Formats: sequence, structure tokens, C-alpha cells
Amino acid sequence: MVVVGAGQAGLQAAEALRAGGWTGPVLLLGEEPVGPYHRPPLSKAFLAGRMETAQLAMRAPEALARKQIALRTGVRVVAIDRAARELGLTDGSRLPYEGLVLATGARARALPIDASDVRGFFILRSLADATALSAGLAACAREGRPLVVIGGGFIGLEVAATARGLGVEVTVLEAAPRLLARVLTPALSEWFEGLHRSHGVTVLTNAQVAGLDTDASGNATALTLSDGRRLPAGAVVAGVGAVANDELAREAGLECDRGIVVDDCGRTADPHITAAGDCTARRRADGSLLRLESVNNATEQGRAAALALLGQERPFRSTPWFWSDQYDRKLQMAGLSAGADEHVLRGRLEDGSFSVFHLRGGHLVAVDSVNAPREHLLARRLLDAGASPMPAQCADTGFDLATLLPAASSAGGA
Amino acid sequence: MAHITYVAAGGQSTTVDLPDGWSLMQGAVANGIEGIVGECGGSCACATCHCYVDEADLGRLPAPAEGELAMLANVAAERRPTSRLSCQIKASPALEGLTLHLPDTQE
Repeated sequence: MVVVGAGQAGLQAAEALRAGGWTGPVLLLGEEPVGPYHRPPLSKAFLAGRMETAQLAMRAPEALARKQIALRTGVRVVAIDRAARELGLTDGSRLPYEGLVLATGARARALPIDASDVRGFFILRSLADATALSAGLAACAREGRPLVVIGGGFIGLEVAATARGLGVEVTVLEAAPRLLARVLTPALSEWFEGLHRSHGVTVLTNAQVAGLDTDASGNATALTLSDGRRLPAGAVVAGVGAVANDELAREAGLECDRGIVVDDCGRTADPHITAAGDCTARRRADGSLLRLESVNNATEQGRAAALALLGQERPFRSTPWFWSDQYDRKLQMAGLSAGADEHVLRGRLEDGSFSVFHLRGGHLVAVDSVNAPREHLLARRLLDAGASPMPAQCADTGFDLATLLPAASSAGGA
Repeated sequence: MAHITYVAAGGQSTTVDLPDGWSLMQGAVANGIEGIVGECGGSCACATCHCYVDEADLGRLPAPAEGELAMLANVAAERRPTSRLSCQIKASPALEGLTLHLPDTQE
């Protein structure tokens, strides 16, 4: 069994193959020079210089060896020969497989301007990216030069928060009329904008980047906007979304649509190939495609995809969850709020601790919470149980949500 | 630095020397100790680094914060009064000799 991609999904898949009873060889192939590592700290503690690389490791080499998982790093797969069931590697060698899990992840979406050769221009996906950006932020802090963040999504805003923590002046540029527009309701977007402003960040929405100015040595000096505004910059970081690495699958003739199309079990149309994590687009019961980029999705799909190769069905249909840490605030999200028609606030925005309950046709579909971990966990269990509070109960902080849980799942409750 | 002892559910005991500032989850994972997962990387978001602090050591730790208390409701194994999330406990000389007991499951 071969797993292509040694990130969160790939590692989970490799381990799940063993847990699922596969006794033959398991080969985990990673393109990066290092073994599996945790990505969430890359925009936070690691970026701030408060964490060593060794603290990011997901497994020690001996832990993988004990499970007889062979890890090969620095390896790039260039082709899948489905008829022969072989992979082609960059060095020209071929690798046979019985079953294949594609966990190739996603890459940073490119900007419309070409900035790749500019010194002081950064993206953030990998450990190498984070190491470079961390040095860039430290230099900005030392030399008193500003950071410009292109993109008001989670990565951009977490980087902005970390940079402010280092004392760097920060401007966040967002092309849409509001921050986090694709994932949050307008009221929450506004709250996050207020949070960043209160920490001294300049937030510019409806901002279109036109160009990046450099000095004679190729260092970034300023960013220009389409309306002519010019923002001085010691460093520029772009976080404008991710693109699924689905080319391998596409070239092998597997269905791809902004990701490798899979079912609830991570299966493709080829019974010997499954896929998991950021590289996938999951076909739902109603035919729509769902792309999730999260630790939770990578983990659950990684397991499902591995077990599917062993003929075991373990569909991933549980409530998706996600989180983002910015300053001293933790946003926790559960469920999918897209399509919700009613948004009920529980708590007060001005207290900095609240939840928003999203309902569709009167039924709870998602909950976003800020610094309300107990309430959030309870809401997540309501979603898992398919239980739904009435809108008035959502809004009433005096109402105990736990009473809506089925008896079994409220045991040992919060 | 602090020497931390991890006792697996099966009784096997491993002692490691952790640099200051490392979480006890990171110490377990980096040293290949099974029984602690830490799926979310230490963000207090997944509850898969659950451990039981030895009763004799419980008083040496600061009380869990609100976020940790909330996540403890979601642990897979039995929650006990000694339950903690090992990603939220940082090594320091004050923890020298601390013992953690690992649950039989994290998910």
C-alpha cells in the first residue's frame, strides 16, 4: 500500500491501514524533506519564534518504525499508471502498488501579480514557508518596517495577529467587502475586523492589489493598489486561498473538480485508489461537492480512505469542525453554515465571548463560537446528535442546551 | 528541563527529559511514546492528548483554563478528577519528576 503525501491526511491513512489489519508493506511518500508535522502552529507560536521545529513533529521515527510504516521524504510522484498499478517518480524509477491513497494536499493560490522572485514576499503553507516568514517578521520587528497581508482569510488574519504580537505594524488587504466573507456572517466579519483594529491593524476591504514595488536589490518596498494607493512594506505575505493538488489524479483520468472527487469513504472511481484531505472534493448525497481544508477533515478522511482500500466502510459524515486562534480569541466552528437562513446570537458580541447558531428551515446546521468553549462543545454534540434548539432557546443564555441532548450522549457532559 | 514519566495503560513506563516550554504532549510525541495523539498540534481543539496526572503530582500543576476544562468533556476515555490535556501543560523545573498515566484510548 502506498500513501502519496506525508501530511495530516497521509499519516492518518498510513496508520489506519495498519489499524485496519493490513499486514503487507505500507509506504508513506512525502515531497518535503521532513516527516509529518503539525501545520496549525505555523501561523501562530512557530511563526512568532516561540517554538522549535522539533516540537512540530507528529510522530517520532521510532513510532512509525514500530508500526512498520516506511517513510520516504523528498520524493515526488510524477505519474500514476493505473493499468499497471505503478507510480512514476522524478528519478525515473517506478513503484508498484496494491492500493493507493492520494493525500497530496493543497498549495497557496497564486496572486495575479508575479511576486515570486521578490525578496520579502512570502506565502504560508509549509514549514519552509513558515521558517522564511518568521525570519521576515523578525526583521520587520527589528528594523521597524511594516507588514502588508494580502487576503483577509484565516491564514492572513492569524499572521496579522502574530505580527502584531511581535510589534510589527500591519495592514490587511481584502478584495471582498468584508473579512472572512466566505465563511462568516456579516456580523461576525465585522466583529473580527473590530478585533484586528483594536490591536492596531489597518484593515482595507475592497482592496485590489495592482503591483509590488522593489528596490534595486529586489527587496519589497511597497505595494500599490488599483485605486493608486501605495503602502510601504518591509514584507508582504499573501494568503488568498488554496488550490487542491489534484493534477496527478487528473492526469491519470480520475474525476477532478477543484479537487479529487471522492465519496464519503474517500473512494474514487478506481477501486485501487482513494484520496483524503485538502486535495479532495467530496460528493455529497445531494450531488454537490464539498471542499474542506481542515485538520478534522484530513484526519477523518485519511482514516476513511485507508479503510476503504481494505474493503471496510467508515464513511466520514460527522459534523466538520475547525478553529482559528487570533490574539487571545479562539474561534471554533462546527457544521456548515452555508445555506443557513437564520443566525441567532447567544451572548453579547461586545463581551468577546459568544456563539452564533445557524439554522436552516428551523433546524440547527452550524455553530460558530468565540471564546465560549463549553457552549461550543455542547453545540457540537447537538449537531452530532441531530438535535436542534428553538431559535429562542439558542438566544437564551439561561437555557441549558444540554437538556436537548439524547440521554446517552449527555452522560459525562460538560 | 524536567524529567517526565509516562506510564502507558499497559503499565510500561518511559521517562524523558523535556526542555522548558515543551508541552507534555510534544514530549510524548517526539519521543515516540504511544497513547498520546495530539491531533490538533497542541491548540486545545481535539482532546486526543488526554492524560491522568499522578494524584501525588496534581497539586504541582496550575488549574486548567476554561478552554481545557471544556475540551475535557470530549475525551474518549473515562474522565477522572486527575484528567488533563497534556498539550496544555508546559515543562519547567517545577515539574521535575512528574508522572502521567495514559488512557487506553484517545479516539
